[in-house]
Amino acid sequence: MQNPDQTKKRADGAPSPLVGEGNRLSVPQHLRVHIHGWLLLLPAAVLLVAFTYYPAVRTIFDSLFSTPRGVRGAVFVGMDNYAAMLADPVFVRALVNNFVYAACVIPLTIALALSMALWVDGRIAGRPFLRLSFFTPTVLPMIAVANIWLFFYAPGYGLLDQILGLFGFSAHNWLGDQHTALACLIAVAIWKDAGFFMIFYLAALQQISPQLAEAAALEGASRWYFFRRVTFPLLMPTTLFVLVNAIINSFRLVDHIVVMTQGGPDNATALLLFYIYEVGFKFWDTAYAATLTVVLLTLLAVFALGQFLILDRRIHYQ
Amino acid sequence: MRYATTKWLAALAAVVIITFSAFTSAAAAKDIELSFYYPIAVGGPIPKIIDGYVAEFEKENPGIKIKAIYAGTYQDTLVKALTAFKSGEPPDIAVLLSTDMFTLIDQDAITPFDGLLKTDADKAWAKSFYPAFMENSRTGGKIWGIPFQRSTIVMFYNKDAFKAAGLDPNKAPDTWDELVADGQKLVKRDAAGNVTQWAVEIPSTAFPYWLFQGLTTANNVRLMNEAGTKTYFDKPEVIQALQFWVDLSRKYKIQPPGTIEWGTTPKDFFERKTAIMWTSTGNLTNVRKNAGFAFGVAMLPAHQGRGSPTGGGNFYLFKKMTDEQRAAAFKFVEWMTAPERAADWGIATGYVAVRPDAWDTPAMKKYVADFPAAAVARDQLKYAVAELSTHDNQRVTKALNDGIQAALTGTKTPAQAMTDAQAEATRILRPYQ
Repeated sequence: MQNPDQTKKRADGAPSPLVGEGNRLSVPQHLRVHIHGWLLLLPAAVLLVAFTYYPAVRTIFDSLFSTPRGVRGAVFVGMDNYAAMLADPVFVRALVNNFVYAACVIPLTIALALSMALWVDGRIAGRPFLRLSFFTPTVLPMIAVANIWLFFYAPGYGLLDQILGLFGFSAHNWLGDQHTALACLIAVAIWKDAGFFMIFYLAALQQISPQLAEAAALEGASRWYFFRRVTFPLLMPTTLFVLVNAIINSFRLVDHIVVMTQGGPDNATALLLFYIYEVGFKFWDTAYAATLTVVLLTLLAVFALGQFLILDRRIHYQ
Repeated sequence: MRYATTKWLAALAAVVIITFSAFTSAAAAKDIELSFYYPIAVGGPIPKIIDGYVAEFEKENPGIKIKAIYAGTYQDTLVKALTAFKSGEPPDIAVLLSTDMFTLIDQDAITPFDGLLKTDADKAWAKSFYPAFMENSRTGGKIWGIPFQRSTIVMFYNKDAFKAAGLDPNKAPDTWDELVADGQKLVKRDAAGNVTQWAVEIPSTAFPYWLFQGLTTANNVRLMNEAGTKTYFDKPEVIQALQFWVDLSRKYKIQPPGTIEWGTTPKDFFERKTAIMWTSTGNLTNVRKNAGFAFGVAMLPAHQGRGSPTGGGNFYLFKKMTDEQRAAAFKFVEWMTAPERAADWGIATGYVAVRPDAWDTPAMKKYVADFPAAAVARDQLKYAVAELSTHDNQRVTKALNDGIQAALTGTKTPAQAMTDAQAEATRILRPYQ
């Protein structure tokens, strides 16, 4: 700023004759590069701050206060909301449910997506039709999917009971039984997402050079050995991407619960986000909802860190 | 020269336009504008009917403009109205569940109607509704909601199935004992012993507490006090009622085990998977259209007493209005619940017309003559009680719902489930004592 003349020139976009000359002049130069850089970052930064960082910080802040009701304002309560949360059996149930749900949905979806991709990558009859039918569930909105599956699971005349009836099984109340309800929702989630992840695997498979397969065949490697030692390692970047998405989805997607069970029977299918919605928008206990949200945020942050710090190092990028 | 003329003309035109628009906006400023949120919870062209009413009202009342906004389900509408309220721009009028009354009062979001009842006609209007509907609309001696789209639970039964089981198709079970006796004849099993037709389904998802009130009311017990500060979930009569519900599945084996999905129950009925179902009168038009057999509608069976809870939505007035707006909003609510409108709305939707004189209108008389089932809900109203509603309503309700579902799925005994639910409700209601 000691040299307004220079500033003006460069603001015009004229090439500076002074680049790299003398220490005294390089200070405004540095500054200008920084300002330029920050200005370029500004739009993205504003959006990130407004919709990600500020809400996250505000959520943590709100979780330390009581819920304002009518004329009574919010009061600082410290860790009271967290203590109440640990004593809340529904929260514990929702958390355990969510871990069970994620532990089933994530590996099964990825395994299914990979097998479907391997299958439709090969030369088989009706390949386009198969690819389309695998991908269709992805295109449907979750609300529609859940409404369809609600009738699949209907006791007696539902699709599932009709098929099982052919083998002599009696009708079962799938969604109305605490032991089967969560499994039913897991099946819907897998069915919904597997096709989507298949597309990524399919694209990755088609990137793998056919020479590798030919070389392996010459060496006499079995198909399983080739998959285990060549294909699967080469697919690892895709697997990481799919894994990140699968984890996020298993904590983020609760539309089918709203439609199919509302968390019942007796919280057997309550997941964390669904419970947050209930607390926030049915009970209007916003402070407690913020507390639960902090738990969800922390969980997702831990998963993300784990994925990028540990898994990323072990993955071979071509 | 020519250029200059054009310029002058343009300037003149601009002045005319500005003046004109200033006039029209001044005229518009004289109109009282009101926003009105409403939900949809039953089938049929509801937005068209509402828009028709609004247009008619505006024609009869020049100077008042109503902006009717369809806001989703009851739950969506409440979320939207309360979120808008918290951001300082609440709707002026909204139709929300009658059970949301305490929530809205606790949020300091609504005003009572009492101060607006100025003339004798207004006061008579406020007294014209069925007392059963007013139970959920009044607390602390004030009227906070006006009944609009209200329902109750009734029993639908398949007359063909009754005939096939050797029962009188014109006589539905009228007591719990008859329900069990008839039910055992109505259950059909195949050679392997699997049930192909159940006798009865009382849905137990979404809002099991509401259906449960059909049982508790028949057992002569109330679930809460009028102030909404106390619940009685662990009274012996309540536990007995839950025991009976569980027994329908476990002991008598005439109802499917586990919880029964609210949404698929009408379908079960149409598919003849159950001979009897309990559901809202709001389903009347749906059943009339889709049942491929002769069906009957009856009151819920009695035990120690008789009865059903009411349900559905009320009109509420939000706080942030000028006196002028509030008077206009009141006028609208009064107009919407006039006898002819109440009758028309009931016929078009299947809701129970909310006042006795609506049933004396020629249109309603003709409708009931064609379709006597429509009057069952009305006749049951004299036994009806308020739907469960307390302070922190949805949380208390959830405690009861969880208890009911735990008992129906067999993870807790009815006594244990209701004791736990009562303990939870007491804990939630402690700040309101």
